[in-house]
Amino acid sequence: MGDLKNRFGGGLSTIFLALVFFWLAGMVLAPNLMMIDYALRPNLPPAALGGPDDTYSLSNILYLANEPTHRAIFLKTIWASGLVAAMTFLVCYPIAFWMAQRATVGQLSIALLLIIIPFFINEVLRTLAWFIILAYRGPLNSALTGMGIIDAPIRWQGDGGVLAAMVYAYILFMLLPIYNAIESLEKAQIEAARDLGASPWRIHTRIVIPHAKAGIATGFVFTFMLAAGSYVAPALLGSPGSRWFTEIIYNWFFEGGDWNRGAAYALVLLVLCLSAVLITLKIARVNLADVAK
Amino acid sequence: MSHSVELAGIGMTFGTTRAVSDVSFKVQAEEFFSILGPSGCGKTTILRMIAGFIEPTEGRVLIGERDMKGLGPNQRPTAMIFQSLALFPLMSVRDNIAFGLEARGVSRAERHRKADDLLRLIALEGYGDRMPGELSGGQRQRVAIARALAVEPGVLLLDEPLSALDLKLRQHMRAELRALQKRTGVTFIYITHDQSEALAMSDRVAVMSAGLLQQVATPRELYDNPATPFVARFVGETNAIAGRIAMVEGGTARIDTDLGPLTGRAGQGATVGAAGTIYVRPEALMPGTGTNALTAQIERVDFEGAFALVHGRFDGGAALAASIPSTRLAEAPVPGSRASFAFAPEHAVVLGDG
Repeated sequence: MGDLKNRFGGGLSTIFLALVFFWLAGMVLAPNLMMIDYALRPNLPPAALGGPDDTYSLSNILYLANEPTHRAIFLKTIWASGLVAAMTFLVCYPIAFWMAQRATVGQLSIALLLIIIPFFINEVLRTLAWFIILAYRGPLNSALTGMGIIDAPIRWQGDGGVLAAMVYAYILFMLLPIYNAIESLEKAQIEAARDLGASPWRIHTRIVIPHAKAGIATGFVFTFMLAAGSYVAPALLGSPGSRWFTEIIYNWFFEGGDWNRGAAYALVLLVLCLSAVLITLKIARVNLADVAK
Repeated sequence: MSHSVELAGIGMTFGTTRAVSDVSFKVQAEEFFSILGPSGCGKTTILRMIAGFIEPTEGRVLIGERDMKGLGPNQRPTAMIFQSLALFPLMSVRDNIAFGLEARGVSRAERHRKADDLLRLIALEGYGDRMPGELSGGQRQRVAIARALAVEPGVLLLDEPLSALDLKLRQHMRAELRALQKRTGVTFIYITHDQSEALAMSDRVAVMSAGLLQQVATPRELYDNPATPFVARFVGETNAIAGRIAMVEGGTARIDTDLGPLTGRAGQGATVGAAGTIYVRPEALMPGTGTNALTAQIERVDFEGAFALVHGRFDGGAALAASIPSTRLAEAPVPGSRASFAFAPEHAVVLGDG
């Protein structure tokens, strides 16, 4: 604090602190407190607000626990988000390794360009592109039937379509942290392991992955949170059998008209994401400061 | 089991850069062999070709008489010690040493027993549970050697492993490496740009320059009988005085220089009428007159303890370096004066230029 004042003088420091305070209080704390407040109160007509029925309870959260369909969708959203993170990792790890350790400078810039260009386009439009690719009479089905690999078109929409679109949408969030981590691995380490007779599998499991652990954990945290909170991909590419928890929240707010229950559901999702982050970091023995890097 | 290593006309071209051209030599089993040269001379490329990280574009590498073509580094009976050491920072010292055995599927108990044996060999008993980051430079050095020896290589390849250490430790590790090599009997191929390191440790030394092999010889031979002008200048200090070779007879050569005729032993390329240079070691130049007398302007006298180094210019312009033993310091000239030196013909060598 004193350091800040010495460097920028009293007036400017006060403005800085006020802005940070405003940001934390107004943009982070207040909305979340409001959400918690909503989540714990019953959904009442305006006339009954502040009346004898307007008391705090866990009934909105318990409703989720006791409603089998919503509970199932909630649990499915958790493991499916984990699956999205795992699939994204499988896609990104080889690319990240190649980019960080094998590619020449020219190859690296081309690869980065190819990976980043699609992100110039809005996420909704990118997902819509998948909607077209995966359509029943779309290019993927006609290509596969044309090549004689399948006899009749397949309905990709549903779990498969959602998974594909999400993996595609979150590649960058997995790729860059892993790339950064592997890039800092000294090449001689890999050569030394090879020279001592290690197979490629062992080189990766014993040398590269342990070194890149913080980057991998960061990628998992990002993709898991983005997947769990995603709305566009399941809404566009899902089927009635592949509903996502965010869609239920949306329904409570905009179709059910029950903001309190929607807030309760959103709160549960928030707690889930936070615990997923903390558990992942615990497993990888990484702290938040490493992730922030 | 120690192996010989033979390079048969190997060459390496990276794109349009010629890194190594037509290098052939044979390292005997159980030999301590050094490859000496300035940075960029191709010595690391040669080491990496022996290790199998890169395939030579021409020629063959034979280890223990066996052609290594197409075999990767994990299939060759070699182990490498990297310049950076490349210890695995996230593994304990014991796991580092046992890594090669782990890769070979040796059981945990067996590889730990072997790692502990090796820790004893390098005098680091009880350090097995430490992490590499907790060791000093010299200790890390020894762990890297133990890790390479754990896989029982026939040939140990060392890529300037002492360059990161301070002078005292480096001198200590030289002796230790030499002793370790004698004790284990493994063939050592040692890369260095430090000529005193190569001379002190090696049975034989190969000198390289710009991708070309200059000479393969014992340290003594290199110093006394350099085969090329490059070796004469690169290995040890020398006084080089250029001229034209006037006479070659019975192993001695006379060369006419700006300082008058000088005689020395006839070396490579010493033919009558050719442009040549006579090379005289600093310790061969003695104050005084006699055969091969030279006069020079003295610029500086550096007292270094055991001897004093006299710097100056010969009358023809060539640089003078003479070392006077401390026991004869009284004869050393004073800076700013003119002084005469002489040397015995058997202590100088005449080589043809080019």
